[in-house]
Amino acid sequence: MKTKLLRLTAMIALAGATAMASAQGTQNVLRMVPQADLKVLDPIWTTAFVTRDHGYMIYDTLFGIDESGKVKPQMVDTYSADAEGLNWTLKLRDGLAFHDGQPVRSADVIQSLKRWGQRDGLGQKMFAALDKIDAADDKTISLHFKEPFGMVLEALGKPSSNPPFIMPERVAKTPANEQISDTTGSGPYIFKADEFRPGEKAVYVKNEKYVPRDEPASGTAGGKHVYVDRVEWVIIKDAQTQANALTNGEIDMLSWVPAEQYASLKANPKIELLTPVPKGSYALHINHYVPPFDNPKIAQAAILTLNQEALMRAQMINKDLYNTCTSIYPCGSEYDSGDTAYFTGKPQFEKAKQLLKEAGYDGKPVVLMNPSDFTLLNKFPPVLAQLLKQGGFNVDMQSMDWPSLVTRRANKSAPQDGGWNLFITGWGASDTMNPLYFAPMTGNGEKGWFGWATDEKLEQLKAEFLATMDEGKRKELAQQIQLQVFETGLYAPLGESQNYTAVRKGVVSGLVKAPINVFWNIKKTQP
Amino acid sequence: MLAFFLRRVLSTIPVLVIVALIVFFMLRLAPGDPAAAIVGNSGTADDIALVRTALGLDDSMPVQFIRWVGQLVQGNLGESFFMKIPVSELIAHRIEPTLSLAALTLVVAVLVAVPLGVLAAWRHGGWLDRALMGFSVLGFSIPAFVLGYILIWLFSLHLQWLPVQGYSRLANGIIPWLRHLILPSIALSIIYVALIARVTRAAVAEAMTEDYIRTARAKGISEARVLIRHGLANAAVPIVTVIGIGVALLIGGVVVTETVFAIPGLGQLTVDAVLSRDFPLIQGIILFFSVIYVLINLLVDLSYLVLDPRIRY
Repeated sequence: MKTKLLRLTAMIALAGATAMASAQGTQNVLRMVPQADLKVLDPIWTTAFVTRDHGYMIYDTLFGIDESGKVKPQMVDTYSADAEGLNWTLKLRDGLAFHDGQPVRSADVIQSLKRWGQRDGLGQKMFAALDKIDAADDKTISLHFKEPFGMVLEALGKPSSNPPFIMPERVAKTPANEQISDTTGSGPYIFKADEFRPGEKAVYVKNEKYVPRDEPASGTAGGKHVYVDRVEWVIIKDAQTQANALTNGEIDMLSWVPAEQYASLKANPKIELLTPVPKGSYALHINHYVPPFDNPKIAQAAILTLNQEALMRAQMINKDLYNTCTSIYPCGSEYDSGDTAYFTGKPQFEKAKQLLKEAGYDGKPVVLMNPSDFTLLNKFPPVLAQLLKQGGFNVDMQSMDWPSLVTRRANKSAPQDGGWNLFITGWGASDTMNPLYFAPMTGNGEKGWFGWATDEKLEQLKAEFLATMDEGKRKELAQQIQLQVFETGLYAPLGESQNYTAVRKGVVSGLVKAPINVFWNIKKTQP
Repeated sequence: MLAFFLRRVLSTIPVLVIVALIVFFMLRLAPGDPAAAIVGNSGTADDIALVRTALGLDDSMPVQFIRWVGQLVQGNLGESFFMKIPVSELIAHRIEPTLSLAALTLVVAVLVAVPLGVLAAWRHGGWLDRALMGFSVLGFSIPAFVLGYILIWLFSLHLQWLPVQGYSRLANGIIPWLRHLILPSIALSIIYVALIARVTRAAVAEAMTEDYIRTARAKGISEARVLIRHGLANAAVPIVTVIGIGVALLIGGVVVTETVFAIPGLGQLTVDAVLSRDFPLIQGIILFFSVIYVLINLLVDLSYLVLDPRIRY
């Protein structure tokens, strides 16, 4: 009797397992390792890139940006503006619906934009210029500005954190300082909340009712076609294990190849390395709120010590993965300019020493924060510390983990009281392509980004950039902004890095070139 | 014995209170602000302040502590700051992989180590003993992650017998479950094989010098029976103690192995929580571990009653 019972149990277990395996087997499942572990699901509440990427899976945006950086309608069918650019009308395209089947209405759009406008820097500026936003009908939204705002399309198509994702009105009513708990969107994928296991996997299934645009996919714009039934974001933290799992076919795609795995994956015949996302960049951020960098000459002196080649080589290891670039905009992009005043990206120690002398630098140590646990950044600071010393600075490099660094950078006290002077971090091209997208581009003192520079001229230039719709004038202003950044020593670019995406050769294809990682249009053929 | 059991269970309460106090206040005093981590790179100090208020981190420490204890007495460990998921649910999802890995590792370790230790004690000073001692030095010296990578290279990439990473839940079948756990449990068990084998060898070797062994031999009992029934049985207490310690270490200390094999267990959850300063999650996990450790120690103590009838509580 006991044996029979055991046999029966085993048979049931086996049948269950087989049924599950066969159900999964008939599906075309794309398994990939995202850029980081997805924890926060609200792309307005956080600016984390992985949450932004999650947002693009399940939400749609009014406008998108194609691979050349041009704003294109996405949820919007037609739009118009009056000659002064003060009154805008956006008409939603047909067939837009949320995952719960409800149509996307103007009220959903308006509430989503209002929530976004409370958190995003550019959104705040847009809402400050807005007189009112209202719905002419369920598919038509009107924006009325009280002052010229030339970046309506760029704001509504902002590709990176925080993009203005459209959520149902009931969800978007969540206060902007609280995280949403309902992941209903209208994007090409549906998030499987019941299968979400932070630290293990996030699952998305194809939104069968999604109506893609007719244009080919390009950037975050164009037709978002889904060719797989299911996408699984598999969380694998260890770089070596990521590479092994890809080689073994356990995952199909690695969205961000770690620098230390680049050479081995490049040599692996089973793997193809792709560059769907443009180069990112690194920057040295300077605290202008406390001495000695409250003096622009001392900030310039620090910038003069930079050796981009040495810094990037130390961090990126392989020459294929980086290039020097002195522009504050992505090299080769619309606003890229070689006119960077005194900044050459090569060390000018004598000039730095001279400036320090003129500025009366008292030799007090400058605190350079080193996120020693963060492999994407932790090789920069030791090199920078040495360069600064050669330029005449007394440097106190303090190692800490990344969470401690991001906490400490919000501290406005003097370094000896828990504050800081310098740190380095990385940015995507989607952040640096436009001066108004870039969070650290602030000169409004304590209201601005960490470092809290006070620079009225920069704010004036930004305001002019924001107000104009003339592309020629924008280019000119972008150049002036760049020169102003170097003039005050707001921050300094360290160079560009090429992030590779690795896929199984002959299995995964169709990756869309975009300013950020997007996962529509991808095809997977069974090997 | 019942009185002992009740006394031990009750003694967990002050332990948990002390743990809760230490964890809560140490986290608040340590550097790192969860709101800054949540806001992300592009956020500003104003954004951080907004999130801090929303999470209740602006309240004074005593107010936060009372709020947390109020939840605890209702059996609620709170909610993750980041994931907005109850801490108990997050822990529950991670228990199975960690327990599976720990259990399989322990089974492998005990099945290999105890016979090896007994044999080494039996051939005390011989080549088997020396080989075992050499192996145990090797076992202590090779980090689990190094052995893990070697095993992955051989059995997953080269021979393609087993998966590189991941975990398959028992509900999906025992074969996939085993396939995902074989390599990590071997990698992790090596150090425990070395430890348990050494302790077994020493304990059995000591027992084999006792008078009752000589008496047993004089009675003409076979050597194998002497070794197992009289030698091993009398050496069981230190062996069980070290196995008990091993269980406790395995549940909390498998972080590296979980990372190398991408097993979503409690170790990884703990590290993630600490790195992101997810206070409610860290507090919940540490309290959970404390309860587990107390229970394991209690079970080990109770097992002495069975293994050694001379012991009475």
